[in-house]
Amino acid sequence: MAARALINVPPKAKRGEVIGIRSLISHEMETGFRPNATGQLIPRNIIKEFVCTYNGVEVFRAEFFPAMSANPFVSFTTVATESGTITMTWAGDNGFHATESVAITVE
Amino acid sequence: MTDTLPPIATRRRFLIGAAGFAGGIALVTMLPAGRAAATPASMQAAIVSVTGNATVNQGRIKIDLPPLVENGNAVPLGLSVESPMTDADHVKAIHVFTEKNPQPNVVSFQLGPRAGTANISTRMRLADTQLVVVVAEMSDGTFWRDEIEVVVTMAACLEES
Amino acid sequence: MTRMWIWRNAAALAILCVAFPAIAEIPLAERKSGYDFMARETRAMQDDDTSNAGMLWVLDGEALWNREPGAGAKSCAGCHGDARTSMKGVAARYPAFSPALGRPVNLEQRINLCRADRQQAKPFAYESKDLLALTAFVGRQSRGEPIAVADDAQTRKFIENGRAAFTRRQGQLNLSCAQCHDDNSDGRLAGSPLTQGQPTGYPIYRLEWQNLGSLHRRLRNCLTGMRAVTPALGAEDLVELELYLMWRARGMPLETPGVRP
Repeated sequence: MAARALINVPPKAKRGEVIGIRSLISHEMETGFRPNATGQLIPRNIIKEFVCTYNGVEVFRAEFFPAMSANPFVSFTTVATESGTITMTWAGDNGFHATESVAITVE
Repeated sequence: MTDTLPPIATRRRFLIGAAGFAGGIALVTMLPAGRAAATPASMQAAIVSVTGNATVNQGRIKIDLPPLVENGNAVPLGLSVESPMTDADHVKAIHVFTEKNPQPNVVSFQLGPRAGTANISTRMRLADTQLVVVVAEMSDGTFWRDEIEVVVTMAACLEES
Repeated sequence: MTRMWIWRNAAALAILCVAFPAIAEIPLAERKSGYDFMARETRAMQDDDTSNAGMLWVLDGEALWNREPGAGAKSCAGCHGDARTSMKGVAARYPAFSPALGRPVNLEQRINLCRADRQQAKPFAYESKDLLALTAFVGRQSRGEPIAVADDAQTRKFIENGRAAFTRRQGQLNLSCAQCHDDNSDGRLAGSPLTQGQPTGYPIYRLEWQNLGSLHRRLRNCLTGMRAVTPALGAEDLVELELYLMWRARGMPLETPGVRP
């Protein structure tokens, strides 16, 4: 199941302005605590790490645990320092990996 | 034939209407019997593994959580920590814990001066009515904490599993 | 229950046992979407496309719209072009009468009929990820459009069948849909608002499912809760009920993809 991600970053900002970033990715975030129909626990399968970099510099990081909802949503802020690329990566169980980038123009 | 009277709660619901009675039947236990659960002690241990021996001060954190939650699967959580977010004085990390979920950690955020603010929103799972605790770690080594009690109800119409 | 208990509560029981008078439909001006019953935070999840998890399926649906199903057949876009124009208003008028089948079909079935007849492709399973994605994508193009299913000589009979299903007592609890959703829509059941049951946002991202799902899935949940017989997904009974529900919601704006608890 290819992971679909939606991110929202303002395309333009003023230098020094604090901008809002929203991220949403499709992932069932199976907790590992749920039993299946025969009573066995369904193995854990979650995203464990979310990182946002700005022109290669890490500006935000999150460690997810099973108590994060399915289709994890995170909204945070960062300072618009320069034009370039803002990249988000997600990594988790079973080799899960996803990445999305957007360009930002800062004047 | 000795019948016992139905418990008072069920009786009142039956009088109010079949709808209430249906609610009593439709409720299904959400968690399997005998499953692991966090306890206030394990939550405290999880908090201590972050704060160590440092004093944890009360305040500076604003938690935006609905006091009554519509569905425990996706509870919107808003966090806001007062801080100038400068190189000298900023929030380094924010950790979220619960008291009664199967395990105490929910999420940990790492920030820094480049974040601009320490305002974050996300969505979490809450297994039951319980306490949610947020701990913030500052660049000066101090720790701050706040907590909120959240009531969790369940959807009335569930699927056959 | 003891005889004493029955006597004490005779009056209340009598009221419950007496046949209800003809159930009043909600006046058109007083209809409310499930959205209006939701808490501020849940509404916020629906309001913004980046926080609405249903949009993840809409994006998948867009990819499917443009993808050729193989064997030289055209993609949806190959005939219908840009969905933003060609599909505007479409979801708002489904279920619609199919002259070929002589009965109404809903959007899911219409998509599958297209796949079989025009794309020589296997129909998607009901409630499969692909069908949900396409339905959500097509539905999204009608967001804001007033629900407007046809009410004419061809559909009248099926609307009435749906109304009969909605007002008929059924199941072990001997409840009708109307008793909760027409008569007690402002009330609560086990802590949750009953709502009027208006299908304004389907397919919805239901927090309970942590997934996108169709109206038929939701109706089956309701029927399970009522301890009534649950028709299969896509059954004619459910399509007729869906047609009646959409007719009952006529004029209300579509919100697809909605977020609901």
